[in-house]
Amino acid sequence: MQSAIELAVENAKAQGAQQIHRVNMRVGALAGVVPDSLEFAFPIVCQGTMAEGATLEIEFIPALCRCSSCNSEFEPKDFFYECPNCKALTVDLLRGKELELAYLEVS
Amino acid sequence: MEIRDHAKRAEAEQRTIVINQGVLSKNDLLARENRALFKSKRLLTMNIVSSPGSGKTAFIERTLTDIKGRLRGGVVVGDLATDNDAKRIARSGSPAIQITTGDTCHLDAEMVAEATAKLDLNALDLLIIENVGNLVCPSGYDLGEDLRVVMLSTTEGEDKPLKYPTMFKTADVVILNKMDIAEVVGFDRETALSNIHRLTPQAIVFEVSARTGLGMEAWYQFIEQRLAAAR
Repeated sequence: MQSAIELAVENAKAQGAQQIHRVNMRVGALAGVVPDSLEFAFPIVCQGTMAEGATLEIEFIPALCRCSSCNSEFEPKDFFYECPNCKALTVDLLRGKELELAYLEVS
Repeated sequence: MEIRDHAKRAEAEQRTIVINQGVLSKNDLLARENRALFKSKRLLTMNIVSSPGSGKTAFIERTLTDIKGRLRGGVVVGDLATDNDAKRIARSGSPAIQITTGDTCHLDAEMVAEATAKLDLNALDLLIIENVGNLVCPSGYDLGEDLRVVMLSTTEGEDKPLKYPTMFKTADVVILNKMDIAEVVGFDRETALSNIHRLTPQAIVFEVSARTGLGMEAWYQFIEQRLAAAR
């Protein structure tokens, strides 16, 4: 969370902003991050920065696999990335590992 | 009138800044630096993780003793306390640096950077990082390694990978250790291999006994191949 706020402040300053009102982040289902933890840490990390008092918005991205055998796309329900169509195992994860700072609302 | 103008002005001043950048943690950034350093020194680096007592240290001792003359290995080993492991490994004639983490249950890139600074990386081919015995926390900490080696021993059960999927899914290599006593402890080899394969189809599995030397030669050949490919 600290890196995210540092990145946000850096960008806001570069664009001549004085105050960050909203931070929008994209968090993938398999990013290894619990959204609740981000929400908990957010106000604490923002204290004393230009993001103090800002709202945190999290866009949750479900995991998406592409089967390397039959090309069908599916959302894995467990840790076995087994294609529901042809049962092949895959390692191709198209989406789900994101941890991104999407946009800010500033003034 | 004044108040409304104020409000309009404040609204008008708000704007959106689009960033769309990935957030890397401090550890990810340091791991990158480690990776770049190890690469520049032409090393093959591996991060060995497992439960406590799987046999990581014995496996490393055996590896370093057997490949003497073929490859030059150096080790960084993490434990909460004692330098017992580093001392044991040093007996094989290879340089070993101990990291004592105190209360921390995993190694991170910063600790590894500090420890590897105490090794002469120019005099090594292989850098082995023995992580703290723990199948949970280390999974989220990139240390800058080339290979994530997850070890499981026959005394832990064939369903172990299912209980710790997060860690096993990160494996490049899976070492099944203590195969010499597999039968005695009733280890179901087929189920274990099937579980590992379903979770981590990309992993290469070595069935070994660090104690007897069973299966270790295939592991040494793999290391040599990987090192040659990296260079």
